[in-house]
Amino acid sequence: MVEFFKSDVFLTTNIKRTLLYLSIIIWNPCEFLSKKRAFDEISKILLYLYQKLIDMEIFFQTWPWYVSGFLIGMVMLLLTYFGKNFGMSTNLQSLCSMTGLGKRFEYFDFDWRSNRWNYVVVLGAMVGGFVAVHFMSDPSNVTINPKTIAQLAQMGIDAPNGQLMPQSLFGEQIWQSPKSILILLGGGILIGFGTRYAGGCTSGHAISGLSNLQLPSLKAVIAFFIGGLIMSHFLLPLFF
Amino acid sequence: MKLLKYFLVGFFFGIVLTKSEAVSWYRIYEMFQFQSFHMYGIIGVAVATGIIGIQIIKRKNIKDIDGLPIEIQEKPKDNARYWLGGISFGLGWALVGSCPGPIFILIGAGFMPVIIVLIGALIGTVIYGVLKSKLPH
Repeated sequence: MVEFFKSDVFLTTNIKRTLLYLSIIIWNPCEFLSKKRAFDEISKILLYLYQKLIDMEIFFQTWPWYVSGFLIGMVMLLLTYFGKNFGMSTNLQSLCSMTGLGKRFEYFDFDWRSNRWNYVVVLGAMVGGFVAVHFMSDPSNVTINPKTIAQLAQMGIDAPNGQLMPQSLFGEQIWQSPKSILILLGGGILIGFGTRYAGGCTSGHAISGLSNLQLPSLKAVIAFFIGGLIMSHFLLPLFF
Repeated sequence: MKLLKYFLVGFFFGIVLTKSEAVSWYRIYEMFQFQSFHMYGIIGVAVATGIIGIQIIKRKNIKDIDGLPIEIQEKPKDNARYWLGGISFGLGWALVGSCPGPIFILIGAGFMPVIIVLIGALIGTVIYGVLKSKLPH
């Protein structure tokens, strides 16, 4: 994959052709001819930049925090511009409502169809995850602190080796282990209950809420960390 | 076609969260162990971008895509719900290493065991919906 994008064939044919088409669209052909020299210069610069990007293998490596953070902020702002509120955990409420629970419990009694846009965001995110894992991965991914790896080894949790998730927790063998299933199910219940009780998760409170300088969201985020620290430092070692 | 833009935003979101490794159990563990700046950097920059963007929207009275004024929901001024709900969420987050967005992204990426986490999250949501009137908010 990388090799193909790096190859001269791709660089010289595709890029130059694309630039040519683009320039014809932007300038009319006559003007284009007179600007041929400018075009050559621009295409050289773009080629250089493209080669730099590929050399850095930026699409395949771990994206740096300042790029990722900015892009996540932009996702939230884009949804705000579309007149929506960025929040992933609302979908949990909607999914439950779809099953008809609204007839018996007031919390699920709302028009879940009005959140259609949010299901489409989720669907897009799932496809995005698929593409990123299957076409944009690299063995250098998930390079965590060696101290963390040593600590995990003591608990019998395997090192990442380019994988997003530890095999010992999310490998296929867990289907045979009632303990592993209970851990995932229990974690899920805590997440579902907690996020709906608090009225938002990392996207709704930490990103949207804090961006709008909401004091309630600050309380929620501090509480997320209290819970997370208790689990990570005191409870997790008991489970493994 | 109106929904296409949401698909694209979601698609982008899925790629960014995966490539930044915010969906990774390891990154969440590393964050709670204070052994890496990565996750703090992501959240910090995302919030900083958000604050600047929201301030621009508010001060310039920018209209949304349909030309309507942008209203940003204020969170209810409760107390107990944020502390209790937040701690419960945090416990789950550090245990299975994924918040609701990543749960969906990881299932899409093919990590089937995460479906158990999603089922748990739905059960948790039902528990909250049933107990809502009895819980302090």
